[in-house]
Amino acid sequence: MSQTFSKQDFKLIKEVKLGNKPIHRGYAMRTLYVNVGSQEIKDKPVSEDMKQRFIGGKGFGLKLLWDGTKPATKWNDPENEIVIAMGPVCGNTNYPGSGKSLVVSLSPMTGVPIDSNVGGFFGPYLKFGGWDALELQGKAAVETIVFIDSNEGIVQLYESPAGIEQDTHLLAEQLTHAFAVDEKDLQSIAVVSAGRGADHSPMGLLNFSLYDKRRQGIRVKQAGRGGIGTVLRNKKIRAVVGRFGGVSQNLNDAADPAAVQRVGLKLHREIVVNDDKQCKMRKQGTAHLMEVMNDYDLLPTKNHKYGQDPKGPELASWVWEKLFSQNLPDGCWFGCTMACAHAVDHFLLETGPYKGTKVCVDGPEYETAAGVGSNLYVYDPHGILELNFYCDTYGIDTISFGTTTGFLMECWEHGILNLERTDGIDLTWGNWQGAAQILHDMADGKRFGVLAGRGVKFLADYFAKEYGADAQFLKDIALHGKGLEQSEYISKESLAQQGGYYLTNKGPQHDEAWLIFMDMVNNRIPTFENKAEALHYFPMFRTWFGLQGLCKLPWNDVEPADNAKHAEPNKVPEHVDNYRELYEAITGQALSWEGMIRMSEKVYNFQRCFNVRQGGGRRQDDYPPYRAMGPVLEDEYEARAERYDKQMQEKIGVDPAGKSTAEKVKITRQFRFKQYDSLIDAVFKRRGWTQDGCPTPEHLKNIGMDLPEVLAVVEARIAGQA
Amino acid sequence: MIKYLKLHDDKCVGCMTCTATCSRLYAKLDNPAKSRLQVNPLGAGKFHLIACDQECRKCVAECPTQAISVNSQGVVLINKSLCVGCLACVAVCPIDAMRFFPGESTPYKCVACGACVKTCPKDALEIGSKEDGPASQQYQEFAAVAQGART
Ligand code: SF4
Ligand code: SF4
Ligand code: SF4
Repeated sequence: MSQTFSKQDFKLIKEVKLGNKPIHRGYAMRTLYVNVGSQEIKDKPVSEDMKQRFIGGKGFGLKLLWDGTKPATKWNDPENEIVIAMGPVCGNTNYPGSGKSLVVSLSPMTGVPIDSNVGGFFGPYLKFGGWDALELQGKAAVETIVFIDSNEGIVQLYESPAGIEQDTHLLAEQLTHAFAVDEKDLQSIAVVSAGRGADHSPMGLLNFSLYDKRRQGIRVKQAGRGGIGTVLRNKKIRAVVGRFGGVSQNLNDAADPAAVQRVGLKLHREIVVNDDKQCKMRKQGTAHLMEVMNDYDLLPTKNHKYGQDPKGPELASWVWEKLFSQNLPDGCWFGCTMACAHAVDHFLLETGPYKGTKVCVDGPEYETAAGVGSNLYVYDPHGILELNFYCDTYGIDTISFGTTTGFLMECWEHGILNLERTDGIDLTWGNWQGAAQILHDMADGKRFGVLAGRGVKFLADYFAKEYGADAQFLKDIALHGKGLEQSEYISKESLAQQGGYYLTNKGPQHDEAWLIFMDMVNNRIPTFENKAEALHYFPMFRTWFGLQGLCKLPWNDVEPADNAKHAEPNKVPEHVDNYRELYEAITGQALSWEGMIRMSEKVYNFQRCFNVRQGGGRRQDDYPPYRAMGPVLEDEYEARAERYDKQMQEKIGVDPAGKSTAEKVKITRQFRFKQYDSLIDAVFKRRGWTQDGCPTPEHLKNIGMDLPEVLAVVEARIAGQA
Repeated sequence: MIKYLKLHDDKCVGCMTCTATCSRLYAKLDNPAKSRLQVNPLGAGKFHLIACDQECRKCVAECPTQAISVNSQGVVLINKSLCVGCLACVAVCPIDAMRFFPGESTPYKCVACGACVKTCPKDALEIGSKEDGPASQQYQEFAAVAQGART
């Protein structure tokens, strides 16, 4: 254990007593504003109009971010904000998956708003102090710790003391002990922090801690995507600490607490009975997907070049099941019996500054196991755990890191990189120690680590310019949209999933739509119109979780036994109805299925308009790199020649016989780009946007997002002025 | 050793004296739904009694806040001040012995106090004791895997 601190050791810079406020029907109707630069700390009322239009969670976050920033604001301007918002359903202890915080900020990777969804105790604890959201703005002059005591109703700014740790696994532990009043209070502390990696890379993440009584230490969950940890560090915020003791059932002040219990218990029971026969989330977490993806040729392998490998089973779910400590209630918030937040305990590190120490590794989740595993051709679980641990503690997003390192390894394979250019790091496929060295160098601020940490969009340009490498090839294999690295599913054989990734507001993250099975495996959405409908419905439906403070996993990673009998099993109708009931029981407001979609539509379109305001939100921003759409290379084509030849014959109407692979690659490429263009046409139309991707004023009026400042932005874009 | 309420279905006549005693003692009113022990009519004058066996301890392992513990007599107890009312314990209890009342914040269960034993006119209930078995110790083994050294 590193040095121990007590709160008294910290120099108090500022203290404001704002009191706590009880929640009424899911809402506090006020938000907390903290400017670490000017040291202004105040509460802001939430108006009835804001509640109706923006609902909560991500909606509140985006609204506050819009108001706090300007069209010209860059991610590292003092006025950029980090907003952590919870939503009306967040914090109930009955329905599994009800403890999520939604974090938004202008992203260092994309320049437009990013939103990330995270578990841990901070969000609910903040909410129980009577806050619907926390806005962090400004840049501190000294390293600062923000402390929000939800029991006392006090907000304090402290100067971060010399000698305190910087990497999360130590820092969050130190702060948990420093701010807890006694042993019993440890579980009342929640820490939001990053790590040294986030000081040097735009792909920095936020760790949200939870104190685990059984492990007698902290665990962390990540707001991973889009570099919000980098924004935190840029503001010189060392950590944000929350405290709340005395969690009990119904702190949300539900209109009908018995109904909340009833619907929650129904799902608990369903999980207890069905999970073992279905996804095994309680034993394997999302890592249960590994062999499924490998079997369906969808598991990213060598920078998404391939979708499977004979070595795939070495990373299968049963491997992880053995490594994870079993039979522990590993939910990321109280009452989540899905309990997917698994950990590997007593893991002995082999590299880096903590080499030789035993740690608890939070994860890996599927995205991590795929991203820093198969995608790097790493099939050694130990290597994956090491990368997982160091990404977390340094505050680096495992998805961006995995996708970036896959890109670097492919560059190495093609001779674009060599030992001289990597400062001696061998990036041969499978060399996880090399990947780990990149991470350590990133944390230490060394040249190649810092360079690698800038992400694939930057690197593709840089390698073309600096090393004279083939610019088109680099562009093709740099898996990003808008600057954000793609998450870890092979999208090239599913047109709908290409849309699911790239026709998104924040960039290619699978949380908006996951349509691969529906599209590619089950062929349920064959036409452009079908796909467009799915690319309307699912992003809207999934947005709703983010408005409420809910986790998406208990929606479809467990299903009622008779789910397949429904006309639209992909929507898991019974669970949608649970959510409707849960919302009604907490807020006391009636809600229909259409009403849910309408709530999301407002916020989703607002986010698109926000992109437009920041200069993005154009059709050209929504194209994938070709690796996400089809075979870039000849051997990549050959690996699936049968599939591609068949498509050429049947769909393109060209006979592949006698054609060289190079010709066939070209024909396929042209066809796939055309297909994608037709998809964009259909999706934008369905979403009520212009063909350049801008929501129309009429559509905004129809859905109730016709605020004057929003209309002004789209009218200017459509008139060609912005 | 485990202290528990031993149930004799064959002697039960469904008079509900036990549920009245239990609910009066713990909930201050006579309501079988609030009794820690349940009497379920099976028809044809037969009844099935349900109360915690104090042995499976699935609820102890599942509770996210460690609000459920085992005392020195081997009885499973809920600490209300630690309970967050999630009802995970209710969901995992294999025999429905962990109970809750709609709208009340914390669940409840039989604590083998024996109050009902004294009032049952048919000797259908008694306080028994049994040895610890593999099941009753599992919750400690689960937790032990995660405990201990870390930096
Ligand atoms: S399903 Fe997993 S991620 Fe979702 S709330 Fe539960 S433990 Fe957290
Ligand atoms: S309802 Fe209370 S006692 Fe039961 S599992 Fe939840 S917190 Fe523990
Ligand atoms: S799970 Fe049920 S039967 Fe088992 S110890 Fe708990 S209350 Fe008793």
